[in-house]
Amino acid sequence: MASSAAEPLPGTAGTTHSAFWSWIATTDHKRIGILYGVTAFGFFLVGGLEALLIRWQLARPDNDIVSAETFNQLFTMHGTTMVFLAIMPLSAAFFNYIVPLQIGARDVAFPRLNAFSYWVFLLGGLFLNASFLVGAAPNTGWFGYANLTSTQFSRGLHVDFWMLGLQILGIASIAAGINFIVTIVNLRAPGMRLMRMPVFTWMTLVTQFLVVTAFPVITIALVFLMFDRLFGTNFYSVAAGGDVLLWQHLFWLFGHPEVYILILPAMGIVSEVIPTFSRKPLFGYAIIVYSGILIALLGWGVWSHHMFSVGLGPIADSIFSATTMFIAIPTGVKIFNWIATMWGGKIRLTAAMLFAVGFIAMFIIGGLSGVMHSSPPADLQQTDTYFVVGHIHYVLVGGAIFGLFAGIYYWWPKMTGRLLSETLGKWHFWLMFLGSNLAFFPMHFIGLLGMPRRIYTYDTVLGLDTLNLVSTIGAFVIGVAVLVFLSNVWWTRRHGPFAGNDPWGGATLEWTIPSPPPVYNFTELPQVVSRLPRWSVTQMKAIPQVPPEPIHAPGGSYWPLVTAVCIVVIATGAIMHSLWVVLAAVAAVVISIYSWAFEPFEA
Amino acid sequence: MTHAVSVHHTSTGLDSRKLAFWTFIGSECLLFGTLISTYLVYKGRSVTGPTPQEILNIPVTSVSTFDLLMSSLAMVLALAAVTRGDKVWVRIWLATTAVLGLVFLGFQVYEFTSFVHEGLTLTTNLFGSTFFVLTGFHGGHVAVGVLWLTTLLVRSLQGKLGPEKALNVEIAGLYWHFVDVVWIVIFTVVYLIQ
Repeated sequence: MASSAAEPLPGTAGTTHSAFWSWIATTDHKRIGILYGVTAFGFFLVGGLEALLIRWQLARPDNDIVSAETFNQLFTMHGTTMVFLAIMPLSAAFFNYIVPLQIGARDVAFPRLNAFSYWVFLLGGLFLNASFLVGAAPNTGWFGYANLTSTQFSRGLHVDFWMLGLQILGIASIAAGINFIVTIVNLRAPGMRLMRMPVFTWMTLVTQFLVVTAFPVITIALVFLMFDRLFGTNFYSVAAGGDVLLWQHLFWLFGHPEVYILILPAMGIVSEVIPTFSRKPLFGYAIIVYSGILIALLGWGVWSHHMFSVGLGPIADSIFSATTMFIAIPTGVKIFNWIATMWGGKIRLTAAMLFAVGFIAMFIIGGLSGVMHSSPPADLQQTDTYFVVGHIHYVLVGGAIFGLFAGIYYWWPKMTGRLLSETLGKWHFWLMFLGSNLAFFPMHFIGLLGMPRRIYTYDTVLGLDTLNLVSTIGAFVIGVAVLVFLSNVWWTRRHGPFAGNDPWGGATLEWTIPSPPPVYNFTELPQVVSRLPRWSVTQMKAIPQVPPEPIHAPGGSYWPLVTAVCIVVIATGAIMHSLWVVLAAVAAVVISIYSWAFEPFEA
Repeated sequence: MTHAVSVHHTSTGLDSRKLAFWTFIGSECLLFGTLISTYLVYKGRSVTGPTPQEILNIPVTSVSTFDLLMSSLAMVLALAAVTRGDKVWVRIWLATTAVLGLVFLGFQVYEFTSFVHEGLTLTTNLFGSTFFVLTGFHGGHVAVGVLWLTTLLVRSLQGKLGPEKALNVEIAGLYWHFVDVVWIVIFTVVYLIQ
């Protein structure tokens, strides 16, 4: 981990902040990346515990570990936590740390806005989980269907915590989306043309476009829900002529692009790791970039495949079935290109590479069950059963999580200066691979044999006892794998080998600078002459060890944190049904934004 | 063209703040698009009255629409003034834009209160819910814009809004014109096409 000593960093003026406050006020993308990573991993553990409780309850029929109500809260929070508080921010950790390094920039376009996004995420996640403290954790599923979420059918604060929590998190995501789009489009080093950017940076760019377009849709869907619950409007009221399907359409118009938001960064990571450990350039770079763009565009055209069972009619069903099948094509193209990259290469099965190759295998399986869902008649049997749960976990655990772990093993040395243990890494991978398949493969059968999702127990007469038990064992094996990873992190603090600039022989710009990088990243902004600066025949001009002139590093700012706190106080006022708290907090936000805008700060 | 003081090299040659603001506007298009689509999908589905035909007042709303359009003109003139360093006219045009914005808000307040008196509230029927949330969100955006413009006016009065700060006025202008365009869409879709 980065040093927490309070000495001035090289090349900067001495800071007056102590170590703790310097983290509170930081606007450095590398520190923000670490904050995101640590916080997200913490929430990942929380979501994992929720999963273990779910699987423990389902290990045997007619079990009584938790009540039905608690079970509803567990699966709702597990889904919400893993999607919004674990996978997205883990990806954001890499966007933050790595993208500026890959494009040859000193920081992102708006460093304080970047810090703001992190603090809003942290506080939003805490707000959402604070619901447990008052016995009102969200309990209507991670996609909160109307009108189960109405005040008529959901009394208490469960749904209010969920909708307000998600609104807060949405602010963080949209702000970060704007920040990274501008950073990637506008702050590239000279010579870094768009088609010379690393694939991870490209996938980040595409993902951020999805974020800034999809999140407004769920924002409004949640506004409608909030107005219905707090002010008695009629958006989801059947009696007033409204349609509960409005929620489903709006949610999935957001929700389907959201799953591409979850997977594209991991695909970007895999596109970096595989060439490095095959010692071969990525096969079909341009096609992989275009496929990513196409997936994002087509991802807007498939949302009703989540609604095949609501009675949309044969024409709508057919159209969405076709678009859903079609979107498998660019994904398949990427898979073939990754395999072609490895073909004939000099493969090194490091932990990072194992996770990347594991990603490909697991994502293929998840994609196959996905394409099975694309047929409405088949989906009528599969939807809302454990078959879907199997599908989503193959793509989200086997896909996104495996990809993110590949990134962790790959970029850990760059971020900390030390390598993670390869031995422990391999144990981690194989346990994770075994556990994931044990946990999720049986779910395909469990689902097809009739077990619905989101039920807190089942009868032995279904004959699914053994399969459920196997799935539970798999879940606990995943838990052990994560413990192995944590012990690896602990071990490497003292015993990890020093990494140097480039432990892997990587091709891209982040490997040209020290590990961890100095606060200003590059002593001199690089002049980029090719797509693979460290592998190409045309050598890039070497980056000097010492900056030719002293480089100013911004001192940081408290206003992003203050603004974030005030925003969460607004939400708290809403939950308390206190107009005064809301209005006071809105005023505080305005004052905070003015202070932010007018403080002297040079990025 | 205006450009900011800090001349960092950028890949597009555009100031990052301008690029950021266009991205934000793109995002806001989806926000208002969702609100407008919901209004359209729910049109004619209210179970009880009042209906749009009974209650919307096109002549009066035409006046407020014209007012907002003129405010955009004033904004353009404010940007021209700041670019040529004309302290007096910057203040006049910024103030005019803000005042016209406040007039628009006044029309909205009048309209909302008269609708409530005629029996249309947020909760009366589908039309009430979709209408008030859509136009309310838009009005909220106008209010934020008025606050922003007032801030720029104060900065100008403090002597801190010279031509080197033209980008700040330009970005406020982008926001203001966007809010105006959204209103044109709302006026067309909600009031004119029934």
